Amino acid sequence: MAIDFDAPAVRATDLTKGFRVPDNESRGGNGFLGRFRRRRKEILAVDGVGFEVQRGEIFGILGPNGSGKSTLIRILSTLVFPDRGEAQVFGLHVERDAMRVKRCINRVSVDAAFFKKLSAWENLSYAARLYGVPVREGRRRARAILAEMGFGEDRVDQPVEDLSRGMQQKVAVARALFTSPVLLLMDEPTTGLDPVSKRQVQDYVMGIRERHEATVLLTTHDMDEAERVCNRVSIIHHGKFIAMGTVDELKARAGCVGGSLEDVFFKMTGMDLAHADLEDETEGDAS
Amino acid sequence: MNSVTAEIKASVAFIERNFNLARRYASWELIFVVWNVVHALTIGLIGVYMGGDDPAKVREAVLFLIVGAVLWNFLRLLFFEVADAVAWERWEGTIEYTFMSPVYRLTHLAGQCVYAIIYGFLRSGVVLVSAVLFFDLSLSDANLTTATAVLATASLSFLGMGLMAAVFPLLSPEKGARATDIFGTLVLLISGVYYEVSVLPDWLRPLSTFSPGTYALRSIRTALLDNATIADVQGDLMILTVSGVIMVPLGLWIFHIAEVYAKRTGRLKRSG
Repeated sequence: MAIDFDAPAVRATDLTKGFRVPDNESRGGNGFLGRFRRRRKEILAVDGVGFEVQRGEIFGILGPNGSGKSTLIRILSTLVFPDRGEAQVFGLHVERDAMRVKRCINRVSVDAAFFKKLSAWENLSYAARLYGVPVREGRRRARAILAEMGFGEDRVDQPVEDLSRGMQQKVAVARALFTSPVLLLMDEPTTGLDPVSKRQVQDYVMGIRERHEATVLLTTHDMDEAERVCNRVSIIHHGKFIAMGTVDELKARAGCVGGSLEDVFFKMTGMDLAHADLEDETEGDAS
Repeated sequence: MNSVTAEIKASVAFIERNFNLARRYASWELIFVVWNVVHALTIGLIGVYMGGDDPAKVREAVLFLIVGAVLWNFLRLLFFEVADAVAWERWEGTIEYTFMSPVYRLTHLAGQCVYAIIYGFLRSGVVLVSAVLFFDLSLSDANLTTATAVLATASLSFLGMGLMAAVFPLLSPEKGARATDIFGTLVLLISGVYYEVSVLPDWLRPLSTFSPGTYALRSIRTALLDNATIADVQGDLMILTVSGVIMVPLGLWIFHIAEVYAKRTGRLKRSG
């Protein structure tokens, strides 16, 4: 099956994924062995999620830690298989057409996944070879992207471990973009960044659509970021999408016109984001 | 054809990356090589002690042990470099990035295997040269062509076993790497690295027939100590060939099954 640019960039139908995690509240049974055996329970990280993202959109998935955002991104990245439902990227099935899907996506994750002893350039060179980008061309593209994000060229040959978190994340964005993905999956790309770096990465994401003709699926728990960057957002809570639309539509639906997305989240879930984070973390890291 | 070329080019990514990592950890690499040399020399000195006052016996005992030490060093490196493909990336936190790249697992693991062979040859070569100089060994009776043929053939089986062992860290980030060590040590026990397998207890000896190491060590020793030709060791070569032809695809298949399982259960994520 070939990539279909007339199809939605992402189409997810009834996506469901559960993980078995240790149940700390119950023992494995009576008797001697029961003391050592731990029962496990299933937590639904993603629960019947369905949505579409159109080509060229910046679509935000907004939710607290542990709400299922990262699992959703991992399913679309072919790294996790769903238990139920299906996901398509430009008409390609993420499980059956995994190799074709991999060729047209890339991902920036919350933790900049690098070989820390290698330089930024050595990591980029590794990525270039994996994605079939000629190394020299890759260097040219990466240099241009990094320059736009204010990354000094003199740092590109330094080991990644010597770079600040913000700089590492800029290299991660460059690494994802210089392979020319048509769908860019960004999993909390600005978490932990200082305000200046955060702004630079956000500005760059907003320009991606024009410069790189890429669709962006962005997860975040930063309400301001979602409001600033995304064309449409969905709110995910306990693995379910509880609302989806433009920021203005969501505000209107929640009766918070003139308010913030934080207010929308509070209205729709009955809790503020900090409490939702806390609650989900106590349930275990399912996402 | 173009796609084959593309896959070969992609496999270079893993070779280049691993050499870059080795370069960045150069001081550690030096320490490991020195440790390998010291280890081989220690084993060789046991041969000097066992040979007593008879120079011929000393030479025979030292060569027997040094061949075992160097060959085991090479095969162990092949095994662990391939098995470490996953463990290392788990530790770095790059495993998801590598697994979502558009590269066939065969290409990924082939790149890892080629690196393991080159790296194994270089490191074991240093150990061999050091031992030859230290013990003033003569390899004038050695048939290096036969030894190389056996080594190349045995490499396939060890790469296959490495692929199987790479599954452990894929399934368990916390304990998988240790399980790989146990697997390697079991092969050491039953393959006759520092002794003839005939000294193994009756109940354990049959297991040695399942280890490709047994045949590799036996024929390389014959080649290096008794100038055996390829024809002389063709029986062992045949077994090693069949073993390699079975083990590499079997290793790839087991790795595939484990990867699918890891994706079903979400085990790729945890960094250990």
